[in-house]
Amino acid sequence: MLRYAFRRILAALPIALIAVTLCFIVMRLAPGGPFDGERPLPPAVAANVRAYYNLDKSLIEQYFIYVGGVLRGDLGPSMTFYDFSVSDLLGFGIPFTFMLGFSAFVIATIIGLIAGVIAAVNQNRWPDYLLVLIVMVGVVVPNFLVGHILQLVFGVYLQWLPAGGWNGNISQLVLPITVLAWPHAARISRLMRGSMIEVLGANYIRTARAKGIGQRLILARHAIKPALIPVVSYLGPGLSYLLTGSIVVENIFGLPGIGRYFVNAALNRDYGLVLGTTILYVVVILVLNLLVDLVYAWLDPKVRYS
Amino acid sequence: MKFVPLAKFAAVTAALAISFSVAAGAQTLRTFNGGEPASLDPHRVSGDWENRIVGDYLEGLMTEDVNATPILGQAASYTISDDGLVYTFVIRDDAMWSDGTPVTAGDFDYAFRRLFEPARAADYAYLQYPIKNSEAINAGEMPMDQLGVRVIDDKTIEFTLEQPTPYFLDALTHYTSYPVPRHVVEAFGDAWIQPANIVGNGPYSIVEWIPNSYIRSVRSDTYYAAADVQIAEVYYYSLDDITAALQRYRAGEFDILTDFPTDQYQLLQNQYPGQARVAPFLGIYYYVMNQNMPELQDVNVRQALSMAVNRDIIGPQILGTGELPAYGWVPPGTANYPFPGFEPDWVALPYEERVAQATALMEAAGYTAQNPLNIQLRYNTNDNHQRIAVAIAAMWEPLHVNVTLFNSEVAVHYDALQANDFNGVGRAGWLMDYNDAINTLELLRSDIIYNYGRYNNPEFDALLRQSATITDQAARGEILRQAEVLAMENYAALPLYYYVSKNVVSPRVQGFVDNAKDIHRTRWLSLTN
Repeated sequence: MLRYAFRRILAALPIALIAVTLCFIVMRLAPGGPFDGERPLPPAVAANVRAYYNLDKSLIEQYFIYVGGVLRGDLGPSMTFYDFSVSDLLGFGIPFTFMLGFSAFVIATIIGLIAGVIAAVNQNRWPDYLLVLIVMVGVVVPNFLVGHILQLVFGVYLQWLPAGGWNGNISQLVLPITVLAWPHAARISRLMRGSMIEVLGANYIRTARAKGIGQRLILARHAIKPALIPVVSYLGPGLSYLLTGSIVVENIFGLPGIGRYFVNAALNRDYGLVLGTTILYVVVILVLNLLVDLVYAWLDPKVRYS
Repeated sequence: MKFVPLAKFAAVTAALAISFSVAAGAQTLRTFNGGEPASLDPHRVSGDWENRIVGDYLEGLMTEDVNATPILGQAASYTISDDGLVYTFVIRDDAMWSDGTPVTAGDFDYAFRRLFEPARAADYAYLQYPIKNSEAINAGEMPMDQLGVRVIDDKTIEFTLEQPTPYFLDALTHYTSYPVPRHVVEAFGDAWIQPANIVGNGPYSIVEWIPNSYIRSVRSDTYYAAADVQIAEVYYYSLDDITAALQRYRAGEFDILTDFPTDQYQLLQNQYPGQARVAPFLGIYYYVMNQNMPELQDVNVRQALSMAVNRDIIGPQILGTGELPAYGWVPPGTANYPFPGFEPDWVALPYEERVAQATALMEAAGYTAQNPLNIQLRYNTNDNHQRIAVAIAAMWEPLHVNVTLFNSEVAVHYDALQANDFNGVGRAGWLMDYNDAINTLELLRSDIIYNYGRYNNPEFDALLRQSATITDQAARGEILRQAEVLAMENYAALPLYYYVSKNVVSPRVQGFVDNAKDIHRTRWLSLTN
């Protein structure tokens, strides 16, 4: 298994390099640069700035300077946040974004699995319909709308929870985690429900029932583990989505994560920061996919490391 | 690859843990400050949201009073030579850095040299170009020792100017003129700005900076007027979503919003009467007409386009916040410019009559329904810009003008305008850097890259040059007015409205005075409960 993991990591390196190269090229192809704005810079100043960030060198040179830096662990300077390097900014934001993402992931997965099992066992009865309703809201209503509505209801009208910000107070995380976790829990519960219904109809479950085994034992011992397989294959992309997709939530609730950098940096043509976040996301996604493959093999003995 | 050095991770976690115990106290001001500051170094910043923070922790020789008019700051007094070229400032004896070191003339001298270093590439260095030789030094064409700044002794500093500059005292309130603590900058280099190292000479000291969340400052004991500073602690929150910011204000989490969504203005007026403040602001919103295009070289066509724009509905109806219609180029209220906003004769005509006259002008120029004028209207992506563009395209339709709307994000938009790469009309805006008419008039000078429409009139350029040689304020104002009237009668560009400032201020905050520069230093504010 270790050898398998090692091979997968080796295979991931070229993928990461390709992603960085593509991102580098696409950013430079986009019109406008990091220092074009409402106020144009006087030409002499513009020349100084370009020289400072090596933008006056050829693209090939810039590329090798950048990749050389990354290999040494230096993600370079940010072109919009002058007082911090890209590593600084990501270093500040990652702990928060990951904390938020993992919390939402754990909560959503637990709720989603339980809801899926309940719905499957009560197929086509009222608990199933109620869960479908809640799930549909989570999937269909975009999270910026859910965020603003929750903020308005619980922050402004009821004043039960803070409407945003982060000073270390756990109550400030309730609304952001709800917004982030809802669609994720919804998808997991749908997957779990579907696969559970399929498993419960399988011959070996019928055999177990015929042997007189109780419903609880059937669920716990025979049904849940095989039913998890499609859910697990979703967990990897699901977690990477939660870790990287918190931008809307971070924006609405004013949270100090990295999600906000990704879009803003692209719009501002902050080449360094866009590349830095891209590398981070690529690494996160590659690592999570690897983990999912390993878990997969544990769940389903038919999968072999080869 | 090391993305998160462990030490940093620990520091952040610790910072979060410490801030756990921080609750907003009675003397804590919580300001929604807009975007995340690009920097807190006065030589690197360029936005009003940065100015609010930087102007609280640093102070120049001059500073702003509650109305944002220049008053003495770190200077105890100043003298101006009779020819208006030499300014001599004496620094206060009790001017001190927050680490207890006295503020000296050397700190100011060091800061100006730092500002003009070509390699520093300070965006706004040009605001201090009135100082002799600074422009050439900043461009790397002259050695630094030629700069018109001279230290006479520890507490006296002298500035020599290129030419008499009536707004120089105002320019000295700008953050580009603030001193930096030489002893700290030399010890830490660019890292002097980190909260652990930072030292200032203003009423507040920065103690915490959580990127993408907030910056926290506390009252500085070493500030000379500390006894008069009421508010003990300030949070400057950065948040991109202004709708969310308004909701947090309504939830009682912010005391001041420095912006609000215009579509919520009605709600604010109804539910929070008197808290939303809309006030005239020194800036213009305008369209440039590309005068490198043969069609738009015809002054009659430009006049027709201007006449047909019904500016009266833009502020009240399209934007909903009551921006004042603009026909002139210098916002009313500009210092040393005692003239009403310029208006052409046709403003008095009923709108239908104006459209009829404009149509006649276009038809005389050869445009008909079969042979319309085809132009592009280019704007940067933004709901308000789009609404205005759509409305104006409709207003121009009866004139046989066929408009293609084209939008792009802001960097691309201004890149194209600067390169004169647009086929027709382009949206632009200008917020004045300092309170003087020259600051907007220069946008139409033929040799400047901000002159996106490439208006080119030697007579106009000559008037601006002439104004620079006059020391008498009133006479200079007259010349500048002539230049404004000339450009507007040439339809050099198409002004649409004068900007307004938009703040929401809680009744808890006292001492907030609306002013044309929209600068409200925290030292003048206080809080009631």
